[in-house]
Order: sequence, then C-alpha cells, then structure tokens
Amino acid sequence: MNPGDRAALLDPSARAPSAVELDRRRYRRRQTGRSVVIAVVSTLVFAGVLWLTVIRTPGFERVQQTFFDPDVAIAAFPRVIEGLWLNLRVLFFAAIGVLVLSVLIASVRTLRGPVFWPVRALAAAYTDVFRGLPLIIVLYLVGYGIPGLQFSETRVPSEVWGTIALILTYSAYVSEVFRAGLESVNPSQRLAARSLGLSHGKTIRIVILPQAVRNVTPALMNDFVAMQKDVGLISVLGAVDAVRAAQIEVASAFDFTPYVVAGVLFVLLALPLIRITDHLSARMRAREQVGSAL
Amino acid sequence: MTVADALTSPEEVLRLSGVRKSFGQTTVLDGIDLTVHTHEVVALIGASGSGKSTLLRTINLLEPIDDGQVFLRGVDISDPRVRLDPVRARIGVVFQHFNLFPHLTVLDNVTLAGRSVLRMPRAAAERRGRDLLAQVGLADKAHEHPDRLSGGQQQRAAIARAVATDPELLLLDEITSALDPELVGEVLDLVRQLAASGTTIVMATHEMAFARDVAHRIVFLDAGVIAEAGSPAQVLGDPQQQRTREFLARFRG
Repeated sequence: MNPGDRAALLDPSARAPSAVELDRRRYRRRQTGRSVVIAVVSTLVFAGVLWLTVIRTPGFERVQQTFFDPDVAIAAFPRVIEGLWLNLRVLFFAAIGVLVLSVLIASVRTLRGPVFWPVRALAAAYTDVFRGLPLIIVLYLVGYGIPGLQFSETRVPSEVWGTIALILTYSAYVSEVFRAGLESVNPSQRLAARSLGLSHGKTIRIVILPQAVRNVTPALMNDFVAMQKDVGLISVLGAVDAVRAAQIEVASAFDFTPYVVAGVLFVLLALPLIRITDHLSARMRAREQVGSAL
Repeated sequence: MTVADALTSPEEVLRLSGVRKSFGQTTVLDGIDLTVHTHEVVALIGASGSGKSTLLRTINLLEPIDDGQVFLRGVDISDPRVRLDPVRARIGVVFQHFNLFPHLTVLDNVTLAGRSVLRMPRAAAERRGRDLLAQVGLADKAHEHPDRLSGGQQQRAAIARAVATDPELLLLDEITSALDPELVGEVLDLVRQLAASGTTIVMATHEMAFARDVAHRIVFLDAGVIAEAGSPAQVLGDPQQQRTREFLARFRG
C-alpha cells in the first residue's frame, strides 16, 4: 500500500457512508425539522399568553408610563451612568480585596497541627458569621459603626466603608469556594511537593492553589457576578452610585423609569461576565466528559 | 557528637532503627531496622498491605513515625528539631501514580525543586532540567504538559524530577504498578541505568525478575517486620523462612 492510499483510508470524508448510516442521517434530519416546528409553535403560544395576561390588563398603560417613559429615561441617563462609574470603581477594589482576603482565609483553614488552632478557629468563626449576616446589616454596621469610633479626624467617604463591607461579606463566601478548591486537589499532589522539599506555604502557592483555582473558576465567576450587582447596595450609606442617582431622579420626576435605566445598565454590565462563566463551565464539562453526549 | 554518630560507618546513607507506625488500631510497621549504604540498591518485597509503601514514606518522614529513629548520613532526621524541608530535598521519591504537577510543563516539573528549594537561578536549573530530560529520553517533551505524555513517559519525567536535586537516596514506590505492561520496560531500563551509575536506591516492587537482576539486597516485609533479608540469590532462590516461601510461591502463581 503506498502512502497516498493510506492517507485516503484515514480521511473519513473520503469514504462513502454505508446504507445504514445514510438511513440514520435521514432520520436525524427529519427529527431536526420537527424540533424547529415545535419551537416556532411554542414561541407563538407564549407570546399570545403574554399579550393576554400582561398587555391587555387595565393598568398596563399607567405602568408603562411610570416605568418605561423614554423622555424620563433620557433625562436620567447621564446621572445614572455617572453613578455607575462609582459602582465600577467600588467593584474593582472590592474584587481585589476579596481575592486577597479569601485566599488568605482559605489557606489558614488548611493549616494542620494544634499550634494553628487559634487562627483556624478565628477563620472558621469569620466565615460562619459573615456568611450568616445579611449584607445590608454589614453595610450599616461598618458604614455607621466604624466612623462612630472617631479614630480619625478626616471623614472617610461612605463608598470606602461600602467597599470594606462588601469585602468582608464576599470574602466569607469566596474563601469557602477556595477551600473547596484546595480540598479538590488530590492529596498525592501535596505529598509529591513536600517530598521535593517544598514548604507548606510553597506547596499551597505553587502546586495546590493553581490547580484549585482552575477547579473552581466557574464558581468564582458566579460569585463575582453576584457581587457586581450587590455593589448597588452601597447606596444605603448615601454614596451616590447608580442606584442612589436613580433614586434622586425618581424623586424629582415622580416616575420610576430611572430605576429601570439603572437595572438595565447593571444587566449590561453583568452580561459579558455571565457569558464568560457559562463558556468556561461548558468547556470544563467538555474536558471532563470527552466522548460522552449525555 | 552522639554515640550514634560515632558508630556510623562512613558509607552509610540511611539507617532505620526500631521504626514503628500504626494507623489507628492497625500496626503497619512493627520495629524496622534497616541500613542502606552508598551505591546500594535495596528492593522491598512483600504482599500488598505488608507496609512497603509506608516504610518508604517514613524514610523521608512524609509519614510521621510513632517510635524509633531515622538516620540520614548519621543524623537523626526524626528529631523534631530537624528542619525537614532541606532534608527531603536530599531524598528523591518516585510514586506509583507519577504525581506530576498537571498545571506545570514537564520542564517546570523537573526544575521546580531546584528553583524553589535549592534556589538555583532559573537558567541553571533549566540547563540541568534539559540535561536530565535528555537522559530519560524526553528532550522533545520539555514544554508539554504531563497529560500529553504516555504513562511510561510520565514516569520517566517523574524520575527526572526526583533526581533533579542530586539526592543522596532515591525511593521508588512500585513505580511500574500503574503502567500498561508494554510501558514497564522503558521505566525499568532507566532504573537500571541509575543503579549502574551508582545511585543509592530503596525500591518497593512487585517485579521479582527485575529485583533479582538489579538489587544488591532483597528485604522481605511481612506483617510489619522484616521477615527475611539477604542477597537476591538467597532470598529469592533459597528462602529460609516459611512465609517467604509462601509469598514467593503465591507470586509465581
């Protein structure tokens, strides 16, 4: 057999499909056609139900005016977007703070030996308390409580307290994600690293953590998306973010449209990340289930 | 200088003295005494659960011991005052399941200990790493990740990683047990080379033919004690103990 023939044999497209395979393909095409018809019909039915239950209601026109007024939306837009810029800055610093603090907490919780019992207990107590406390209460406690101590002459802006409260709350969740990640790495990896002479810290940093982060990336991204919208809660401390700006506009226009504007902007902000998260999860699933369509 | 140091013969690499280890109620090692000299190859044989792997792990104290002492070059490394990380860098370990770091390239796996423990400059560590990879026949795989390699190639990379710090002692823990039969040969050939070049080796193995061929001494472990030890010809060819004979008979099936 010459090399050309062998190449032809290895090239799947060069082979004529068998009668059985052709029949299977015909069947699958028929099935696909049926699926498309079902999708179109169900979409039409859903649209019909929506029209009947929402748009044909007696109050729809008033709701449309107070929530979806284009003139109010355009007028509110500049202030809301200015507020959103504050949300973005808070989000940036909070994300960095959360990453640092949560890795630290998770690492502390992996320490073994009685010497480390106090720090381990402290870390465990921290995650318990801050996962239980509603974020809004943490915001009040940090935003009004700490300034009340008056340990500083200069006034710290409320968005800074908001950022700290976000870091405190989210680090408790994210550290649990990291801890699950650290525990998901096979103990034999630790054994191999320690047998090379790496210290506990280096083993975590160089060998365990990189593998852990990979395992929990989708969960981390999910928490980040959640934090992205919770950043709007700093408005309760008086920081003029997108939500607060919308509230001010609502009060002056007697119209709820600015809230919708802020909401749409938050969704647009989150959308790229949500897509990336889905993509990453799908890729990880694909990698773990090679060859399985189920 | 302690009495133990004074009694140490110059070529002694490892000495275990009365080493005991239990997991809960199960005694795995029940007083092990074993001395290994430079350039010596010692093969640990015994049934599954006889304590071979545990014994290997107690040598670099990956498994803390309950009693007894472990001496490396005459120094009691089981003394809690001894810092273990630098000691462990002097003892290479190869595991049954390779345990390569999947997120690092083959070259980074091999150079990690040099860079992070011995604090070699990256360039020097990589030069050494490439030399080692060439020796184990993986020069072209330096920048691959371990999951792209066959089992035999992974195990050869793991051996390169274990010897990268120029260890005084190499521990091999059933390193061919997880390999497909056709890949066992390439790994054993490499161990044969290491033994021939004078590496001091303690290995747990089920490869009796290989042990007979390469080891200077066979140690038969049974129920946590050394039941019989001696030259391959003696232990494998003319075992003195009933339980050694039983084990070998079962082994030959």
